[in-house]
Amino acid sequence: MRSKNLFIDPGRCIGCQACVAACRECDSHKGRSMIHLDYVDMGSSTAAMPTVCMHCSDPVAPCAQVCPVDAIPVGSDGVVGTASAELCIGCGNCVHACPFGVPKLDVAEMLQYKCDLCYDRSSQGLLPMCASVCPTDALFYGTYDELLQKRPSAQAVDVFEFGEQMIATGNAVVAPAGRNDAIPGGYSVWSELAQDDS
Amino acid sequence: MTRRPLLPVLAPGVASFRKDASRSGHFVSGSRGETRVATHCCYCGVQCGMYLRVSSDGKVFGVEPRDHDINKLKLCPKGVTAYQQVNHADRLTKPLMRDRRDEPLREVGWDTALDRVVSEIRRIQQTYGRDAFAVYSGSSLATEKCYLMGKFARVALGTRHIDYNGRLCMVSAAAANKKAFGVDRAANPWSDMLESDVIMLLGANVGECFPVATQYFWGARDRGAKLITVDPRETPIARTADIHVPLRPGTDAAFCNGVLHVVEREGLLNEEFIASRTTGWEQVRTGLSEYTPERVGQICGLDPGLIEKVGLTWGRAAKAMAFHARGIEHHIQGVDNCLSVINLCLATGQFGAAGMGYGTITGQGNGQGGREHGQKSDQLPGQRMIEDPEARAHICRVWGITDDELPRAGTSAVEMVHQAEAGEIKGWIGICNNPMVSMPDSARINRGYDALEFHCQIDFFLSETCARADLVLPGTSWAEDEGVSTNAEGRVVKYNKASEPPGDARPDWWIICEIARRLGRHADKFAFSSPRELFEELRVASAGGQADYSGMTYERIEETGGIFWPCPAEDHPGTPRLFGERFHHPDGRARFHAVEWRPPAEEVDRKYPLRLTTGRTVAHYLSGNQTRRIDSLVQQTPRPWVEVHPSLGFANGDPVTVTTRRGSATYPALVVSSIREDTVFIPYHWAGRVAANLMTVDALDPTSRIPEFKVCACRLEPGSKIDEPPAPPVPPGVAEYPRVGGLDREEPSAPQGRGTGRG
Repeated sequence: MRSKNLFIDPGRCIGCQACVAACRECDSHKGRSMIHLDYVDMGSSTAAMPTVCMHCSDPVAPCAQVCPVDAIPVGSDGVVGTASAELCIGCGNCVHACPFGVPKLDVAEMLQYKCDLCYDRSSQGLLPMCASVCPTDALFYGTYDELLQKRPSAQAVDVFEFGEQMIATGNAVVAPAGRNDAIPGGYSVWSELAQDDS
Repeated sequence: MTRRPLLPVLAPGVASFRKDASRSGHFVSGSRGETRVATHCCYCGVQCGMYLRVSSDGKVFGVEPRDHDINKLKLCPKGVTAYQQVNHADRLTKPLMRDRRDEPLREVGWDTALDRVVSEIRRIQQTYGRDAFAVYSGSSLATEKCYLMGKFARVALGTRHIDYNGRLCMVSAAAANKKAFGVDRAANPWSDMLESDVIMLLGANVGECFPVATQYFWGARDRGAKLITVDPRETPIARTADIHVPLRPGTDAAFCNGVLHVVEREGLLNEEFIASRTTGWEQVRTGLSEYTPERVGQICGLDPGLIEKVGLTWGRAAKAMAFHARGIEHHIQGVDNCLSVINLCLATGQFGAAGMGYGTITGQGNGQGGREHGQKSDQLPGQRMIEDPEARAHICRVWGITDDELPRAGTSAVEMVHQAEAGEIKGWIGICNNPMVSMPDSARINRGYDALEFHCQIDFFLSETCARADLVLPGTSWAEDEGVSTNAEGRVVKYNKASEPPGDARPDWWIICEIARRLGRHADKFAFSSPRELFEELRVASAGGQADYSGMTYERIEETGGIFWPCPAEDHPGTPRLFGERFHHPDGRARFHAVEWRPPAEEVDRKYPLRLTTGRTVAHYLSGNQTRRIDSLVQQTPRPWVEVHPSLGFANGDPVTVTTRRGSATYPALVVSSIREDTVFIPYHWAGRVAANLMTVDALDPTSRIPEFKVCACRLEPGSKIDEPPAPPVPPGVAEYPRVGGLDREEPSAPQGRGTGRG
């Protein structure tokens, strides 16, 4: 379990796409953004939300589990990597297995791409590019305590229900305080996980 | 023109990550031996810190977030990609010239180019007089260059005709600040917002135009403050505001008077502050009786209850701050609009401490610095007024000229173009601006430039304005020179040089000094060999003025998080917060100004029943000369749109023709319920057939001479074919930028651009 995680707060997203632009600046995939930025309320408001890899922790990484060639590495710190270019056969199993719709397949290259939490940066203590530049901290990288210091009312949701399937994730979505059901199918056991962690 | 083939049908999840469509070749992957040059962003008035990544062979190839006091690592999509301008294929690398306007531009050497400028200046000034030659400058230049442009016009050319593009930006706020406070600067550092209880934001699309400033507004909210937004559109920052006031464009002064009416009626004034620190309250109070919430509600198209609510929320706040931007400033009543906000702040005594204050958010990076050191038609360095005898004497001493030799006040930017149309101005040097896109009523602006006998333009990309000039001189981007910039807080920061200019491009100050040297008039006063030498003279010139930089050095600015002016001595810490004990009028008191709301220059009628307002979108900057060439920004927002309310009966993506008394264009409709029913919006960053300014009105504020970009009358009709945005102009021999905008066939998705999550 990592001490620092991404907290995604759709209530703070201004849809500016600084995260998308910054993601392209990562040395390991320069020129290619891994972030899905959706305008989620088109026609009614300017609401937007970034989707990045949630780094599923329980069950560990459905994308990695279904990979026929074990191309997707899962680190001891819970970071789920991009498929290794040497191993990936471009079958797209991971694309279909991911409950959040995160990995994508480049059909020209027959390779999978997805967010690896800027492993080259975060493993050296730097912030992932998206969370570094995000003007509003809609993408916040840090510990839960650090988040609460900045936003005392924030509540993190890190367990999601998809039909019968429960998924606990490394990264979390922020919901307003007192709204455990704010994310459809999702609720918070963050504090319990945090206690397990310590 | 070839059409993009229809998208192949692919399974969900395939190939939809955003990649560089066209020019990924100019990316260099992370290399060993790179250096990181600490600098600031070239775009808006926030002036975020950033590092430019420079390869071992001296090329700028990337950006790294910088933990600077202003932005704390944060950047917007323009800031992240700003570095991609530096080695862009479209850069101007050689002077370009033509003998007649119907010929194409051709490359020439510097000697030929400079001799042409000099001979044209001489010919025009000898034939028509000194004032027949004009200089039109810009505020995206570092302050040293802004200072030089003013000195060049007045000393080398001896013309009174110099102005700058801040005339299209924040001059209304500047004029109002001078009237009310006796000084033109924001009252507080933005960190003061964090201690505020109520923040009111008027006509400022902060989430898109100043994205990184959002952290201050929301930082206050996270600590319990209430946010009030006033805008005809529910912009990203307005979406979650505690109170959003969607007023009708052109009614801001009525609204502010209405709020003050409620504050006064409820006894929420700060009588002690009014008595001890201001003058003129009685005239304001007398006028307020007219502005009942009911009447104001009618004028503004609002529920009167909303005005009551804002009045009570503001009036009851222990600490409140107000900020505004172009939304209330771009009006024939721009100065009065700003004064009506200031009246509210003064009447409730909201000055002089953290959490209390007022400010305008400057649009251009150096909007503040660029307007205070002498390239404004009526000002001299240090925010001195050119008609003030004492100011003239000081500057004449610094420049070593006589009072006779120093011209009087000139006219404003738009008026200078109108004077060209009328044949009064015959020659023109433009730098750092693109009026073909940015000035109101483009057709008339075109006529003005057409009438010039000689037009020289200095830039680092071939703007639409460069593309029609007789001579184009290649200057530098902000990354190729050093200099200072003053952000919206009044904080002076420093740009550092990260690479050499490409090809034969030269620093702008070198170009100007070289013209002055060859021209010969006071040539010895332009013997500058570096920006530092210019800065040293600027320090002396500003000493004793309002905007006193005399205590600043490059080293001090670098060692701190930037220095707020005034800074009159090298051991002076600078002045982050103003108005703690006194305002800057001689008696130390602020002035109230009674404001009477007036309707906009062009009211709606049966033929033109809707209000057109224009503005910006997050992926582009001002006239788009810089951002319409950057892949990811063009992919995010490839073209303009017309934003309309669902009640007008259009479907999203429909071709809709917008017509005003001056022009007409067809855009795809973005149908959203977040805009008023009686208001339509077009972003103005594009040129040619789709330029929003084909339609805007060139009515000017009588004091600030700012155009009324924010409201005119229009009508909408179903269109047949959507007008295509033209590709940005390029120098000879350079392939036209891929027409990403022109090939776009998707419906608009949101004001902030296209999402990346489809597929």
